Amino acid sequence: MAVRLRGVTKDFGSGTALTRALRGVDFEVPYGELVMLVGPSGCGKTTLVSIVAGTLEPGAGEVQVLGHDLVRMSACQKVTFRRDNVGFVFQAFNLLPTLTAVENAAVPLLIAGWSRRRALEAAADVLAPMSMGDRLTNLPSELSGGEQQRVAIARALVHQPRLLVCDEPTSALDAENGRITMELIQQVAVHPDRAVVVVTHDARVYPFADRIASMQDGHIDSVVSGPFPVGFNP
Amino acid sequence: MLATMMWIAWKMLVGNQVKYLGIVFGVVFAAVLIAQQASIFCGLMARTVSQIRDVEGPGIWVMDPNVQYVDDIKPMSDTELFRVKGVPGVAWAVPFYKGLGRARLPEGSYEQMIILGLDDATFVGAPGGIVLGSVADLRKPDAVIMDDAGYERIWPGEPFRLGRTFEMNDRRAVLVGITKARRTFQSFPIIYTRYSQAVAFAPRERKVMSFVLADAEPGASTDEVCRRIRERTGLQAYSRQAFIEKTIVYYLEKSGIPINFGITVLLGFFVGTAIAGQTFYLFTVENIRQYGALKAMGTSNWMILVMVLGQGLHVGIVGYGIGVGLAAVFGWFVKDATRLAFFMPWQVLAVTAAAVLVIVLVASLLSIRKVLVVEPAIVFRG
Repeated sequence: MAVRLRGVTKDFGSGTALTRALRGVDFEVPYGELVMLVGPSGCGKTTLVSIVAGTLEPGAGEVQVLGHDLVRMSACQKVTFRRDNVGFVFQAFNLLPTLTAVENAAVPLLIAGWSRRRALEAAADVLAPMSMGDRLTNLPSELSGGEQQRVAIARALVHQPRLLVCDEPTSALDAENGRITMELIQQVAVHPDRAVVVVTHDARVYPFADRIASMQDGHIDSVVSGPFPVGFNP
Repeated sequence: MLATMMWIAWKMLVGNQVKYLGIVFGVVFAAVLIAQQASIFCGLMARTVSQIRDVEGPGIWVMDPNVQYVDDIKPMSDTELFRVKGVPGVAWAVPFYKGLGRARLPEGSYEQMIILGLDDATFVGAPGGIVLGSVADLRKPDAVIMDDAGYERIWPGEPFRLGRTFEMNDRRAVLVGITKARRTFQSFPIIYTRYSQAVAFAPRERKVMSFVLADAEPGASTDEVCRRIRERTGLQAYSRQAFIEKTIVYYLEKSGIPINFGITVLLGFFVGTAIAGQTFYLFTVENIRQYGALKAMGTSNWMILVMVLGQGLHVGIVGYGIGVGLAAVFGWFVKDATRLAFFMPWQVLAVTAAAVLVIVLVASLLSIRKVLVVEPAIVFRG
């Protein structure tokens, strides 16, 4: 199992402002699968995926990711864990606006200590099959939303992470670019020793999931296995 | 890894040109103001001692016990010269006159002048940068040598011409030479003449000798000879360098110059810090999600700290370079001006560098806290 969470809780604030974001979540993601987390706004999807990615501390519970116990890891160990094992695709892309497409895609390799030349070559190799070969030197502001998301996916995959975490990857895209993005994620990220977690509101992309976990009020309501027809509603 | 991350930090910084120029402008503003004002201050301080520097030769200056600086003349009796000569270790000693006199020009106007009277026999303290004429011509009756800035002040736009005459204390003075001299604090024209002539030019007083210029015998310590002179004559005696320092210290302590320039320098420092700090902070806040993304992707807080400090250092180096460069260009343009003092020693560059370093550190620290506390999970929030 790539991801195994048991009884995970997370509270924000205190006293009258206390918000219980997660109320004892059990969640599993097998290797080689693309699992989608769905649910209404404020149900805890983003909090859950942040804990899975190692960017947020849980309040209580067990968090096993790729065989590592994230709860027992120090902050420094988590930084290294994320650098080596996790790829991120964000809703707002979060590309560095002053870096070109290929430079943005190379960032995880640069963080890992690769030389700039090698990192840029590797990033170009990842971007080229995504029909971005002629857009390598463009700044994000010169790219369409779909192209920016492809750069973000290339950045998430360039260092061969074993866990890919995507937060609303299609919400800023039109239907066509959303489909292309999900096809890309499915083609290049789903791999026998890799797992993909996608947080989404976008029902159009459900057919790309192997499983869909529905969240409600800070806990997993149901987990359904695919295949999912177009128009499926969990 | 450090080099590549610094490259990313640099790209983040210079890519946002408006913010980048804003931060650099703040540092440039501070650097220009600090370097330029500090250089003018140093120029003024240098002018207070220019007449000590211009008197080459004697290693020892002897003066009345109450003299506080070079322009604070307390005339001594001529007999003090012989007492100084009698001190063991003194190789030679000559009288030196320094005073102010009023010259009546042929056109009928009056001009205040600094009169320097050189020993009649030796001309010790004679100017070294003669432009026209000769020091030897001072032996002629009523002869004076004037500094070039003084000449241009009295006869602006006219070519240098010897033989001009004017009156000093109802006595005729004849111009026999023009010399280059360091600008003085008072910026009056300077005339060099024989001691006996200077005494005649000056208003009548019972005592007239301003200083005794002396030198130690070969092998004798100047400081030791000064100590002996003080001990045996009751006069003040300083080495040339010590008298320069005494004069500068007087102006630093007793005049309002340091406080006036200090206020301007501080103003430049604070305004520069405010502009650079605020713009750098806004730049950081604008990029907070990008920093969050970098942290999520595995950049440590330590590396983020180095990146922000590196950005600050880059801005500091560029701003400092442009700032002191502009100040130096300003100094180059005014170097021939007689009224504006400008002297940029390495200490000014060092002080400006230190101030700029503090500015960029303050600017960086304001931002660093913001960046370090941001959670990488911020990137998951819409």
